[in-house]
Amino acid sequence: MSTDTIISIRHLYKVFGKDPIKAMKLVHEGMGKDELLDRTGHVIGLSDVNLDMERHRIQVVMGLSGSGKSTLIRHINRLIAPTEGEILLDGQDVLQLNAEKLRELRRFKVSMVFQRFALFPHRTVMDNVGYGLENQGKDKKTIRETAARWTARVGLSGFEDHYPGQLSGGMQQRVGLARALATDAEILLMDEAFSALDPLIRAEMQDILLDLQNELQKTIVFITHDLDEALRIGDSIAILRDGAIIQTDDPQNILMKPADTYVADFMKDINRARVLRVRAIMEPFQEGDVGPIIKNNTTIEEALQIFAETAGDKLVITDKKGEKVGRLTVEDLIRGIRRPTTAEIQADALENAN
Amino acid sequence: MFWSNEFPQLADRTLRQISKAIDTGYLTFSREYGAGIEAFFEPLLFFLIWFERMLLGAPWWVIVAGTAGIGYLASRRWKLFAGIVIALCLIGVFGMWENTMRTMAMILVCTLLSIVIGMPIGIFMARSNRGQKTILPVLDVMQTMPSFVYLIPVVMLLGIGRVPGLIAVVIYAIAPVIRLTNLGIRLVEKEALEAADAFGASRLQKLLRVQLPLALPNIMAGINQTIMMALAMVVIASMIGVRGLGQPVLQAVTNQYFALGLFNGTAVVVLAIIFDRITQGFGLRLQKHQEGHR
Repeated sequence: MSTDTIISIRHLYKVFGKDPIKAMKLVHEGMGKDELLDRTGHVIGLSDVNLDMERHRIQVVMGLSGSGKSTLIRHINRLIAPTEGEILLDGQDVLQLNAEKLRELRRFKVSMVFQRFALFPHRTVMDNVGYGLENQGKDKKTIRETAARWTARVGLSGFEDHYPGQLSGGMQQRVGLARALATDAEILLMDEAFSALDPLIRAEMQDILLDLQNELQKTIVFITHDLDEALRIGDSIAILRDGAIIQTDDPQNILMKPADTYVADFMKDINRARVLRVRAIMEPFQEGDVGPIIKNNTTIEEALQIFAETAGDKLVITDKKGEKVGRLTVEDLIRGIRRPTTAEIQADALENAN
Repeated sequence: MFWSNEFPQLADRTLRQISKAIDTGYLTFSREYGAGIEAFFEPLLFFLIWFERMLLGAPWWVIVAGTAGIGYLASRRWKLFAGIVIALCLIGVFGMWENTMRTMAMILVCTLLSIVIGMPIGIFMARSNRGQKTILPVLDVMQTMPSFVYLIPVVMLLGIGRVPGLIAVVIYAIAPVIRLTNLGIRLVEKEALEAADAFGASRLQKLLRVQLPLALPNIMAGINQTIMMALAMVVIASMIGVRGLGQPVLQAVTNQYFALGLFNGTAVVVLAIIFDRITQGFGLRLQKHQEGHR
C-alpha cells in the first residue's frame, strides 16, 4: 500500500479561553486538563494531536461527544485556528496562508458536509448544490450544468426547484453531499454527516458515500461517534479521547489489538464475527493445505457459514491477486471472535511502549 | 431653604443665559453653514420635485393601474389589485388626487432615503457590537424625542419647505429599517454562516448571498414600519410647508372643518393600508422557502 500522505497534523493544540497562549505554557509545564480548568478557566480542546492521512482513503476520527472531534476537523480548513501546531495539506502549512489564499483553499481544495446539513434555506436544491461553484467564480452555465449533474448523482432528480425546508433529513443531507462534491475538491470533510439521520437512512447514505468514493477516490475525513459506522466505512480509524488521539490504525487491528482498555470498552458491543475479516486472524499458508478457498476480506461469520456447509477442517485464504496466503481452522475462527482480555491489552500496551 | 417645598432650581438668569448661549451658538452655526448644507441637499430636492411632477403629470389611470399592478406582483392576489383600484378611485372622486400624489411622492422618497441610509448603518451594527451599543441609544432618542423638537433646528438651518420636511420625516422614520436590518442579520443561523465560510465565501459574498437574503423578511418588516411612521409624520411635516394630505388636515384643525379633516385623514389611512399590504405581501413572498417547514 502506498503511503502518500496528503493531510498531516503535527503537535496540534487547541486551548479555549481568554488567554490561550498563557494557558499553553502551563500545559507544556505539565498541568493537567482538570487543574487547568480549575485554576485558569481554560479548556483544552485538543492536546498534542498527530495524525497523517493518506490520499484517496477514508480516515475516520471517532470519539464520544466532547472528545474534540468537531474541533479537530475544523482545523483542517481552519474554521478554527489552533493555539499551537501545524496542519500540512500537501506539504503546505494551512496556518501560513493569508485570508485570500485560505479562501482559495476552501473554494477549490477542501469542502465540507455538516452534521445539521447547514443548507441555505432561501436557496433551491440546485442553487445550494451550485453554491461552492459561485464562490469559485464559475459562469452561470457551468454552475447550472454541474449542479444538475450532482443533484442527479445523489438521486434528487426532480427536486431541483424544491427548498431545503420541503425535504426530509436524508434528502437534505444528499443536498449537503452534492454541494460538497460539486466543487470538485480533493479533500472532503464530513462532520458527523450522518449522525442526525435515522438508522435506515444512515445506512443508505453510507452506501451512497462508499459507492461515490469507489468512483471519485477523494480523501475523506469522516467524524463519527458511531463505531459501526466507523468500522463500515473507515480505511483507517483514529480514536480521540479528551482531545488526544489514543490509537490510529486499520479497523481490523483496532479490534484485534486495542491500545488500551478504553478502546477495548468501546469495542465490546461490536459483533466481531460480522466485522472482522479473515485476513486479520489467519495463520500463514502451508504447502499441502487443502479446503474451500475464500477471499481474505471474508468476514468470520461468512467463513463459519462455509464451514457449516462443507466437510473440510481447513479454509484456504487467497489475497486480491488470487494467491494462497493463509489458512484457518474452526478453532482459529472462534479464537478470533473472543475479545482480548484486560491483561492481554495491558501486556500489549507495555510491549509497545518498550 | 433646601428642604422647602420648591425644587432648588437654577436661577432664572442662569437658565436664560444657558438657553441664549445654545441659541446664539446654533444660530451662528446655521448662518455660517446653512447655505452649504442647503446646497448639499439640493440634489435631493430636485429628485423629490421630479418625482412629484412625474406622479402628478402622469394620467390618473396609469397611476391607478401601476399601483394596483405592483400590489398584484407583490402578493399575487387579485383581491389586492381590485382593492387598490377602488381605494385610489374613491380618493380621486373626493377631490384629493393631487394631494395624495404629493404625499405619495414624499413618502416614497423618504422611504427610499431611509433604506439607502438605514441599511448600511444596520449592516455596520450587525458586524460590530460596539457599533450596536453606540447606535441603539441614539435610535431610542430619535424615536422618543417629540418630533416638534427636532423640527426647530432643522427649520432654523434650512428654513421651511420640502427638504427640511424630508429630513424631519427621515429622522423620525429611519429607526425601524436600521433596527431590523441589524436584528435580521444577527438572527441568521450560525450554521449557514459556517457553511459559507467553509466554501470560501468572502465577506461581501457572505453578506450578499447569505446574510442579506436570510435577513430580508426582517428588513421588509422594518421598511413596512418605516413607511407607516413616515405617513404618521405627514401632518406634522405640513406645518413646515410640506404640501400634501397633511395641509388640509392642518387647515381643518385650525378652522374646525370636521368633514375636511375626516376626508383627508381617511386618505392617509387608505395610503397606509395600500403601502402596508404591498410591503407585507412582498415580505411574505420572500419567505416562500419556509413553506412546508416542519
